[in-house]
Amino acid sequence: MAETLLMGAVAYDPKVVTIWDGFKVYFAEQGLDFDFVLYSNYERQVEAHFGGHFHVAWNSPLAWLQAERFAKRAGRAAHAIAMRDTDRDLTSVVIVRDDSTIKSVNDLAGKKVGVGAADSPQATLIPLLHLAEAGVTPHDDFEVVRFDVDLGKHGDHVGGERDAAKALLDGRVDAACLIDANHLGFSKEGTLPSGATRVLAQTKPYDHCNFTVLDGAIEDARIKRFRELLLGMSYDDPKVRPLLDLEGLKVWKDGRTEGYALLEAAIDRFGTIEDFLAGLGKRCM
Amino acid sequence: MSGEAARKACARLDLADLGFDRGAHMLVARALSGIGVGETLDVCGRAPALGVHLRAWCRQMGHPFQTLGDDSEIGGDIVARIARGDVEIKRWAGAQRAGHPDRDRDDAVSEHPAPRWGLAARGALVEDSAPAFSFGIDHKHVVWTEEAPRLYAQAAAAQWDPATAIPWDAPFDIPDDVEDAIVQVMTYLVENETAALLVPARFLAQMHPHFREILQLLAIQAADEARHIEVFTRRALLRREVLGLSTAGGQASLKTLVDEPDFALAMFLLSVLGEGTFLALLWFLHRNAPDPVTREVTKLAAQDEARHVAFGLAHLSRHAELDKTLHARLALAVEQRHEALMQTAGLNSEVFDALVLLAAGEFSPEAIERGYQAVMTLQQEMDVGRRKRLAKLGFDDAEAERLSALHTRNFM
Repeated sequence: MAETLLMGAVAYDPKVVTIWDGFKVYFAEQGLDFDFVLYSNYERQVEAHFGGHFHVAWNSPLAWLQAERFAKRAGRAAHAIAMRDTDRDLTSVVIVRDDSTIKSVNDLAGKKVGVGAADSPQATLIPLLHLAEAGVTPHDDFEVVRFDVDLGKHGDHVGGERDAAKALLDGRVDAACLIDANHLGFSKEGTLPSGATRVLAQTKPYDHCNFTVLDGAIEDARIKRFRELLLGMSYDDPKVRPLLDLEGLKVWKDGRTEGYALLEAAIDRFGTIEDFLAGLGKRCM
Repeated sequence: MSGEAARKACARLDLADLGFDRGAHMLVARALSGIGVGETLDVCGRAPALGVHLRAWCRQMGHPFQTLGDDSEIGGDIVARIARGDVEIKRWAGAQRAGHPDRDRDDAVSEHPAPRWGLAARGALVEDSAPAFSFGIDHKHVVWTEEAPRLYAQAAAAQWDPATAIPWDAPFDIPDDVEDAIVQVMTYLVENETAALLVPARFLAQMHPHFREILQLLAIQAADEARHIEVFTRRALLRREVLGLSTAGGQASLKTLVDEPDFALAMFLLSVLGEGTFLALLWFLHRNAPDPVTREVTKLAAQDEARHVAFGLAHLSRHAELDKTLHARLALAVEQRHEALMQTAGLNSEVFDALVLLAAGEFSPEAIERGYQAVMTLQQEMDVGRRKRLAKLGFDDAEAERLSALHTRNFM
């Protein structure tokens, strides 16, 4: 591999270029030769990671599980080395119109539930798991109405959740699933007028993105330095703060994997990544 | 610590029915600012989505969050126990006061304001990660004068409305030749005032906003010139449908002003020499105006121009005291401009003749001779005025006389 530490990231928004360009400059100032490669979707990124095209991936939670599970099948290992403070302990909510007759999760039987992109952990997979475990099975007991914006980006694009929220207000669906921060954001910006919706259910906390490395890369000096620089970034540093603000965090934390249990249960239940893993196995094993 | 003791140690906030969709974050933020970092706050309330929103808000703002079920010590109507994070303290740790709004304080106006202070109000606390602006004129000694606030206040109070300050409908009857002369002079004035608008406006956009009073003064100076352009144009078109001539020589002279990139040199050439000379011209036109409209527009413009000259003299005097090389640079600027314009015609003969005719009032030999003499006297007055102002800037008599003689024949 080249001397430069290469990171893979998914370009879910034009600001991704600004963010990682900023990190590149910062790392260079700290003596770390760093560059990044952008992919249009996480599946391509995960495959490229196993193909050895770069050293560290900025992975969505679903991409993390894709990598972790494929690594196990291939006799390899995936490691989560760092994550944002804001990647920890997220929750999702299922909301209904305030005047809805739906008072409990069981009342969703026979109704339409709006979700985000099919591969969105926060707006689709985890809330649907929550509903299933609470007694109403998606597709069987209620209709799932998907708002697919940018499939392959694992729900990083907020558009799907916004569309689901609008559909709820318009009466096109009876309930909508979204991440707690978007419910707060949509409420503050007026997409969800005050008092117009009611929280029907809230999931248990779960974790979001992480930096993933494979196999022995975790012992690579460049990876160690990369992680050390990340964890050393302080919000009181004026050079660092704009980068942290752009990437939506206050401090980098150690990677932890126990927060992916809910998503694991969801993909097991819905078989979300089986086809991908099988295809990847044919190409990479 | 027992559960009871923990509850006592904990601050408490009751949001009643207020949710985050209606401003609850303000009360939470205020309550957190009243406790120490790491200390906890129990938040109570009845808004339906309070728990969901409080969790998301705390995550975004970097405040640790515990839900009701996470801690057996929390109970009752408490939605969550949150702790104050240190993010806001870190955000403002390196912030800097951008001087002080009271210009009479020694630390009010910085000698060299930081690029990151940018557009911040003077005296504001500026976050240290604010973007750096590229304001090229960012040294106090180049721009500052204690006179600026007084001149700005005077200018603001003296703003006049072109629609009502001029007796546009006043009756008058003047010969066609004299009206033609007025149109030519007004055409000339408009292009000169356009230069006098563009020069301060250009520097205004390059000046660090920390020098607020100077910025305001340049802005109002540009607004003055905008009004002058309007009233001179309107006077020219009062009895005619077309304007007069614009010569290559006149524009070449003004182009040297507009092209001058250095603030001190440009303001010296424009305000001290150009507008100073124009003062005499405008009062000459006022005295010799054949009609009440011309008389009024030239008077009002002259009053404004006097302030522009006063500002130029004030900041350049201070600048010259602090920078001993300035005199030589100012002199060189006059010489270079003279060189550049040597081959041009200077004041166009149509304007010169128009001034003679205005002073003469008619086309008789005696009147023209009188008018011609009046314009000669005007040029002497202009020279005297320039020398006086150069002396105020610290040039000795001989140098003032030499430089005044090199000033453009186009007046501005």
